[in-house]
Amino acid sequence: MAVTSIHAYRRACAMMSAAGLPDAAPLRRCRVIVMMLALAAFSPPTFASAPANPAATAASGELLHWHVVPQTRGPWTPTDHRKFKQLAGPFKRPEDVTAACLSCHTDAAKQVKSTIHWSWSKFDPKTGRMVGKRHVFNTFCANITSNEQFCTTCHVGYGNSKPGQFTPFEKLGDNHVDCLVCHDQSGTYHKIPFTGGNPAMTRTPVRPGCGEVYGTDKPYVEPADLALIAQSVGAPKRENCGVCHFYGGGGDGVKHGDLDSSLLNPPKSLDVHMDAHGLNFTCEKCHLTSDHRMAGGHYEVDAKPTALRYMRGAMHGGNPATCRSCHGAAPHHDGDLGSTINMHTRAIACQTCHIPQFARGGLPTKLSWDYSSAGKFGPNGTPLVINDKRGWNIYWGVKGSFKWGENVVPQYRWFNGTETWMNTGDKIHPDRNGIVDVNRIAGSPSDGKSRIWPFKIMHNNQPYDTVNKTLAVFHSFGFDDAAFTITGNWQKAISTGMKAAHLPYSGHFDFVPTQMYWPITHMVAPAEKSLRCAQCHTDGGRLQNIPGVYIPGRSADHQPWIERIGLLAVVMALLGVLGHGAIRTILWLRRRSRTQEH
Amino acid sequence: MPAHRIYLFKRFERFWHWSQALLVITLMLSGFRIHGLYRGVDFVSALRLHIYAAWALVLLWVFAVFWHFTSGEWRQYIPTLNNIRQVMRYYAWGIFLGEHHPYQVTAARKHNPLQRLAYLWVKLMINPIIWISGLVLLLFAYNWTTDISLQAVAWLHTAGAYMMLLFFVLHVYLTTTGATPLAHIKAMISGWESSEE
Repeated sequence: MAVTSIHAYRRACAMMSAAGLPDAAPLRRCRVIVMMLALAAFSPPTFASAPANPAATAASGELLHWHVVPQTRGPWTPTDHRKFKQLAGPFKRPEDVTAACLSCHTDAAKQVKSTIHWSWSKFDPKTGRMVGKRHVFNTFCANITSNEQFCTTCHVGYGNSKPGQFTPFEKLGDNHVDCLVCHDQSGTYHKIPFTGGNPAMTRTPVRPGCGEVYGTDKPYVEPADLALIAQSVGAPKRENCGVCHFYGGGGDGVKHGDLDSSLLNPPKSLDVHMDAHGLNFTCEKCHLTSDHRMAGGHYEVDAKPTALRYMRGAMHGGNPATCRSCHGAAPHHDGDLGSTINMHTRAIACQTCHIPQFARGGLPTKLSWDYSSAGKFGPNGTPLVINDKRGWNIYWGVKGSFKWGENVVPQYRWFNGTETWMNTGDKIHPDRNGIVDVNRIAGSPSDGKSRIWPFKIMHNNQPYDTVNKTLAVFHSFGFDDAAFTITGNWQKAISTGMKAAHLPYSGHFDFVPTQMYWPITHMVAPAEKSLRCAQCHTDGGRLQNIPGVYIPGRSADHQPWIERIGLLAVVMALLGVLGHGAIRTILWLRRRSRTQEH
Repeated sequence: MPAHRIYLFKRFERFWHWSQALLVITLMLSGFRIHGLYRGVDFVSALRLHIYAAWALVLLWVFAVFWHFTSGEWRQYIPTLNNIRQVMRYYAWGIFLGEHHPYQVTAARKHNPLQRLAYLWVKLMINPIIWISGLVLLLFAYNWTTDISLQAVAWLHTAGAYMMLLFFVLHVYLTTTGATPLAHIKAMISGWESSEE
């Protein structure tokens, strides 16, 4: 600041000289005046920021801009795989490509096979139960068992192409790991349904309407050029992760609500980190990966991370797929209310304010699915399809009826990261509204581990065994006459599915409302688009039904007797003084008129 | 022409009174907005104003407390019940008949017994309630889910705010009960209280 004053002084003097003031005495006077002005102008800040403590420097905005170098989108590897003889091809089977990969990347298959991307199964230490697609239900297509030929379209493996015959993943050899689905950079690799996770090696018929996944809108897929694909490999891009994670549940954006193909090339307003013209993060920037193990995931939500920021060279041990691993515990620095906002991070997940809505990229997400209405056929004998005015599919004979939403306001719940999943064979326990939670979330304001999180809650009405009280495992997909999508016969579909799952089936089924919680964590909006204070600090705000926190402005938190007595006392006092003043005035006027009469 | 004038309120005292009045009004307006008693003003602006005004009041009070003790003015607030019945009778009756105030104000005893009690109520009850709860809210609210019940503290703060509003209503009205309706206010501006005799 002192330096600035001197600069100002010199500038001013230079201006004076330039203005033609040659005489020394006036110039000196001007110097004194300018010096005093400069001191007066600059002394308060000088006083305020004189002790150059690190906190003050850190709070000065400038230094805190994120200097992340925008990523160029390339293979991110120092290796040109086109030069490898092993990859020259031609390849007849995708397993041969894997074998070629493993000839250099010796341990890659072992690494992949140790992850849930391969096993679809893992132990959840929080609940002591098994989780993963192999075990749990969902409220979309409900279950994997008996539908593996279809569902393995999103499995990082090959080798379940024989209809009606499923080889458990653990019995498949190392060359059955699918390297290409994650590493293909040619954009031409497509896994085809009903082939057990394989790409098309001959011209293969597909149902039109899912061109993003098959790479074509034609009713068939041309054979994949495996050599070209193998030579293109590089670090996964968003397209690689997205081909499964954007299209889960049966289409673009259907499942998550915060993940859809709008994130392939998003504007900053949709995702501040993935902004194609800004930071341009890949998925692995947060889902940091080593040895093919990805950080983060629905089965390991860190609802209230305690680890500090990642720092080069420092021990961490936390979950890098958390906001806190980069932003720290007190991320709001700028502005005079920074520390006030930082108070909120104790009880409120970053996502709650920073993802004001999900499905913001122009694509709707499915909010409910009613299997009980499925099975209607159109006049031409094919399953009935009904689209609404916006072109959203609200009924499909093979699946039932749907509700969709765009720019959806999340539901908010206390959440400590623990979810108890319904495994196949578990008895249903409907809540008092008769709804079965497929994944019951745990959390409370007082357990010290929870924060308020945003959720997409996905509803269904799915079949269950009315005698055994278990959710039905049913056979949806296949070309056999038990497949529900072919014949629309629940009885056959359920008995086939239950048999494949080795579960008893009484022969009696009905439909029960189910719901599933999806923590919302993607589509992080820029700060200026995050929730405003008054969106919660009001009546009927976003957190209206959240217990256990005092939210100034939410009258449900007021102590009613303080309000009643306080307002009553003030109103009585007002009436009292008005009355007192009126009597005083009237009597004073009477006295004055009498005085004047006398 | 007034028979005599007394220099009742010194310069700092007047500054203290009016700046405190401004801050308390600001705090009540912004506070009740934050509380949700009325809407229409931006929540964040109200919050920001409330925090700044609160710290300004803290600063003002540091000087005021110093002044009270160094000048000995704190003695003005020593409660007394002497003649309190006459004073009460005056406000309930005599004032309507145009009687003179039974209390003779001097520079050493500028507050009548009722005023002493009222100001003591402000200084020993309302202010501490608002201050302690307010400081807890300012400094410790980040621990809301674990260590302290933010709700209880907030309720206390609200109760204090309603008491302050009640005091404010009565106080403003009573300023009009001087020799002329504006006499007390003029005294607090100029420092000179005119007696009616």
